[in-house]
Amino acid sequence: MTDLASYIPRLRRYARALTGNREFADDLVQDTLERALRKWVLWRAGSKIDSWLFSIMHNLFVNQVRSAPARQLSVSLDDLEFEPAGQGSAEGVLQLRDLLSSLNKLSHDQREILLLVGLEDMSYQEVARILELPLGTVMSRLSRAREQLRSLLDGSPKADAETPALRLIRTSSP
Amino acid sequence: MRNQTVQVSTDELQHFVDGRVDDAGRRRIEIWLHEHPQEKQKAEAWRRQRQLLHDSFDDVLSEPVPSRLAELASARPRIKTWALAAGLAWLSVGVLIGYFMRGPTVATVEPGEILARRAAIAHAIYTPEVRHPVEVGAEQEAHLVSWLSKRLEQRVRAPHFNSQGYNLIGGRLLPGDDGPVAQFMYQDGSGKRLTLYVRGTPEETTVTAFRFAQEDKVSVFYWIDGSLAYALSGEIPRERLLALSEAVYHELNP
Repeated sequence: MTDLASYIPRLRRYARALTGNREFADDLVQDTLERALRKWVLWRAGSKIDSWLFSIMHNLFVNQVRSAPARQLSVSLDDLEFEPAGQGSAEGVLQLRDLLSSLNKLSHDQREILLLVGLEDMSYQEVARILELPLGTVMSRLSRAREQLRSLLDGSPKADAETPALRLIRTSSP
Repeated sequence: MRNQTVQVSTDELQHFVDGRVDDAGRRRIEIWLHEHPQEKQKAEAWRRQRQLLHDSFDDVLSEPVPSRLAELASARPRIKTWALAAGLAWLSVGVLIGYFMRGPTVATVEPGEILARRAAIAHAIYTPEVRHPVEVGAEQEAHLVSWLSKRLEQRVRAPHFNSQGYNLIGGRLLPGDDGPVAQFMYQDGSGKRLTLYVRGTPEETTVTAFRFAQEDKVSVFYWIDGSLAYALSGEIPRERLLALSEAVYHELNP
């Protein structure tokens, strides 16, 4: 079987964005790896192993969300144990905080679709398979998630009105 | 509106934002966006979201992997040790039962070896078939089973082991030394195939020892259960085949 270890960084990145918290994220990765090791017989060798791992993570995540709906992931600066982009600049921290709290306001399936496409660059078909949704549903939820994130990011209060999230991004995509 | 300003759908816009359109499509959408500033703003905002996600989370990729995760992933996936041990224990019980119950039917060992050989040959002949691996497909399972039962003159069943990753694809009738033989074929997601060879036994025996034989690359576990003899063949590791043989046995003797 393919080396599972090589998929850990991507699983961690996705889980981090999904949960907004390093500990929760790594717990989710650990559960995913454990389940993958237990169920490897069920992996269909013809299918892509990363899709399979992401679908395991999806199922675990959904179960967690269902079993603990009350545990809203609160995002504060204290939770940001990891160094955000921009060499930890104040601007980067604020930008990341805005993003995390906006992502957290999306429904969990919108967040998953947005991250699988926008961050993991999965094909729409792969996302449909992972989430066990029709392709049309994926497309419509994706556009809704994007629009919602757009209005959340536009409307979220900035600590410094002169530092809109847009400006920093422009520096990295001239 | 049959000019170049034909509408761009939301789906097309998403393909565009995600870089999933060809050059011609991209140019067409760019022209259209130029004429639709609101849509252009939307597309730009969506592009920025992608960039923002990467800016915010790509650093995780280069973080050192926590040891608890690295250790876990380095454990090679395999059949759980306890399951293997249980399988081996079960095998030795079977062998002992076989030994103590052999009595007058000790001669079944010899036919057993022939059984394994015949099963391995049938496996090697039919499993490489792409278009005609079986005579009757699994979609007609009821028909397949009743047909084979009729020809073998006793009730035959096609065990299922989907939970082990193998699905029934069908079966066929084969000529055996003392009469007709049934062969069921299974396949897993990678296209790997197993066959279960089933034939009647010359006299009613109750020997249920599991025995192993190897014919070239084909591994075979075979056993006799009442009035039927079974051989499960596959080009897979012995312990995996043993686990599958156990699954077959348990399904046939619930």
